[in-house]
Amino acid sequence: MSHAIPTDQAAPQTYADNAVRLFTIATVFWGIAAFLVGLLIACQLAWPALNFDTAWLSFGRMRPVHTSAAIFAFGGNALMATSFYVVQRTCRARLFGGESLAMFVFWGYQIFIVMAATGYLMGITQGREYAEPEWYADLWLTIVWVVYLVTFAGTLVKRREPHIYVANWFYLAFILTIAVLHIVNNLAVPVSINGIKSYSAFSGVQDALIQWWYGHNAVGFFLTAGFLAIMYYFVPKQAERPVYSYRLSIVHFWALIFLYIWAGPHHLHYTSLPDWAQTLGMVFSVMLWMPSWGGMINGLMTLSGAWHKLRTDPVLRFLVTSVGFYGMSTFEGPVMSIKPVNALSHYTDWTIGHVHSGALGWVAFVSFGALYHLVPKLWNRAGLYSLRMVSWHFWIATVGIVLYITAMWVSGIMQGLMWRTYDALGFLEYSFIETVEAMFPFYVIRAAGGACFLIGALFMVVNLYLTINPPHEEKVRNIKPVEIG
Amino acid sequence: MPTKIEKDSYTGTDTTGHEWDGIKELNTPIPSWWVWVFVASIIFSIVYVILYPAIPLTDSATQGVLGWSQRDTLATELAVRDEGRADITASISEADAAIVEQDHTLRTFALRGGAAAFAENCAPCHGAGGGGRPGYPVLADDDWIWGGTLSAIQETIRVGIRSGHDDERYAEMPAFADMLPQGERIAIAHFVAGLTGKGDPAKAAAGAVPYQDNCASCHGEDGTAVEDTGAPSLNDAIWIYGSDTGSILKQISNPQHGVMPAWEGRLDPVTIKMLAIYVHNLGGGLQEDAGL
Repeated sequence: MSHAIPTDQAAPQTYADNAVRLFTIATVFWGIAAFLVGLLIACQLAWPALNFDTAWLSFGRMRPVHTSAAIFAFGGNALMATSFYVVQRTCRARLFGGESLAMFVFWGYQIFIVMAATGYLMGITQGREYAEPEWYADLWLTIVWVVYLVTFAGTLVKRREPHIYVANWFYLAFILTIAVLHIVNNLAVPVSINGIKSYSAFSGVQDALIQWWYGHNAVGFFLTAGFLAIMYYFVPKQAERPVYSYRLSIVHFWALIFLYIWAGPHHLHYTSLPDWAQTLGMVFSVMLWMPSWGGMINGLMTLSGAWHKLRTDPVLRFLVTSVGFYGMSTFEGPVMSIKPVNALSHYTDWTIGHVHSGALGWVAFVSFGALYHLVPKLWNRAGLYSLRMVSWHFWIATVGIVLYITAMWVSGIMQGLMWRTYDALGFLEYSFIETVEAMFPFYVIRAAGGACFLIGALFMVVNLYLTINPPHEEKVRNIKPVEIG
Repeated sequence: MPTKIEKDSYTGTDTTGHEWDGIKELNTPIPSWWVWVFVASIIFSIVYVILYPAIPLTDSATQGVLGWSQRDTLATELAVRDEGRADITASISEADAAIVEQDHTLRTFALRGGAAAFAENCAPCHGAGGGGRPGYPVLADDDWIWGGTLSAIQETIRVGIRSGHDDERYAEMPAFADMLPQGERIAIAHFVAGLTGKGDPAKAAAGAVPYQDNCASCHGEDGTAVEDTGAPSLNDAIWIYGSDTGSILKQISNPQHGVMPAWEGRLDPVTIKMLAIYVHNLGGGLQEDAGL
């Protein structure tokens, strides 16, 4: 090949993996935190006394701790770990800025997480869903994010492959779009330079629309595009098969990127948002169905010729199941965006179930698959400590997800139907509190599902720890920098 | 360009010739069903955009050929509902609550409407079906503080209790912690408990005189509350803040007073009337001439 490593360098170049290792550990750490707080607030919904009458533990404060920990701390660290790992390998280039820029991104991002979480506990919030941190944390994240973009894009620029691999298109789309979304949605005027409170630059229904333009694309670009990037590297790697269709990847990438950004108004159906904006939000969501499924087809069909590996490789099982959940929730999403369906589903637990089939089934499972693939490689081990434990993790977590989402489907549809039931004389059949009472058994089932998911993840913690620190191995292999091949 | 197109042995499809960290890509054509479903979703969207309000213009938006609007749909649905029961609500609005209660059709409607309004507005404090909760009176028995007749209940709902409404029901029991020595308060607590056969009779004896001096003017000589004082009877088994001597002593020393909001202005007069009929029929409603 004409792209051999230049010979004028004295020592062979190596990948900058120190930050990747830290990001990997942080992913596991924040994942457990997110699942634990999620379980707590699921239990609080069933048994409200579990807030112990403290402001700090109240649902209103713990809920953003849970969502931010799951999306930005767990998901964000998984995206950063894998993006820095993948971009180096698929570009055959050391990270732009080397270890130091990557380390800045790592510590900068962890500081942001702690700033946000401590704020929530003290009741500091902008009251914008998934964008709760106040202006001081937002400014800091903007700096960190720009450095992240520079590190990633700089590595693409200095690549020694002629083409940019599809995973990197998705990573770049994710990083760029999140930057735009974050900045616009958080445009605000602080009350004072010494104070924490700020007021949004937008007001009224425009404010709501900007918020859900952001909120929906946090799903679209953070939790979909970013994790599709993970899928596009780790599925073919783990299956040891070529990606199913290059043509599909290019068409579904551009279709996804173009359509997703318009779909946000479906979060505001039947509100004061003008009818025309609701219509556009709905039709763009419907058109998004196939572009989303392009990723699922490419993920699943990459396994043709390797399906038998699912019997023996629980890591691949995680990755494939995640793609299945991805397909399911990206079908459910467009269905829920259709206005008559939304009239029933909106504000009910159905939405919560939908989000979690994506968050647990897709985002967390594809991350678990990537972590199980990454850790032995990053710590220079022959393999995982125990594949049986991976298998246990898989089944316990899968049972947990099924309990969770089926409970929320039943509860949500029941809730929506109870809200809209009128008697023959035109009076509401049920009071609000009666609908809450009826949901109690499903709240308990949901909490049980969440507990399963957490227990499964604890298997992973032990397994990954013992992979990094093997208990019986006499000669522990040391981490060594990987030469750029 | 270092391209090396190979044939994949399993699928028989060519690769694109690129490779990244060992990952290759097949040059499989896009599945035709994917293309057709995508096209179908686009056609659906175009049709939907033609039918419904969709394209923003300079100062308005296209209205769609169906002429549908969210606001009109809601207005129509509400109008249809109101039209269907306009006669019956007009009758309830004009008639006295007592007359509504006697008429089978009106009564059926009022009980249903009252139940729906009660579940949304009253049950959080008074419990489902008026079963009461600690601190909030039961509405399903015949023990009433501000009157159990239909007209008294309707008035209580309208003006509330200690609500700040101009016509509010108001009563306040003094805090005897500042007015009587502790020994006397303890004795009164035992005396009051003794009215229903509880407490310590030995301690209660000393409470008889202070009770008559301080309490009987509102709560009655034998514990049967004096009409229109807003004081509860003390000689029955119904207690708002607890029946043991400790709870009674606490209420004598530093009494709690519940607040019920005035519903006039929050609920329309027809709903208040229906609520009164519903509460009156929970089990303990009194007839107009029966007094308290």
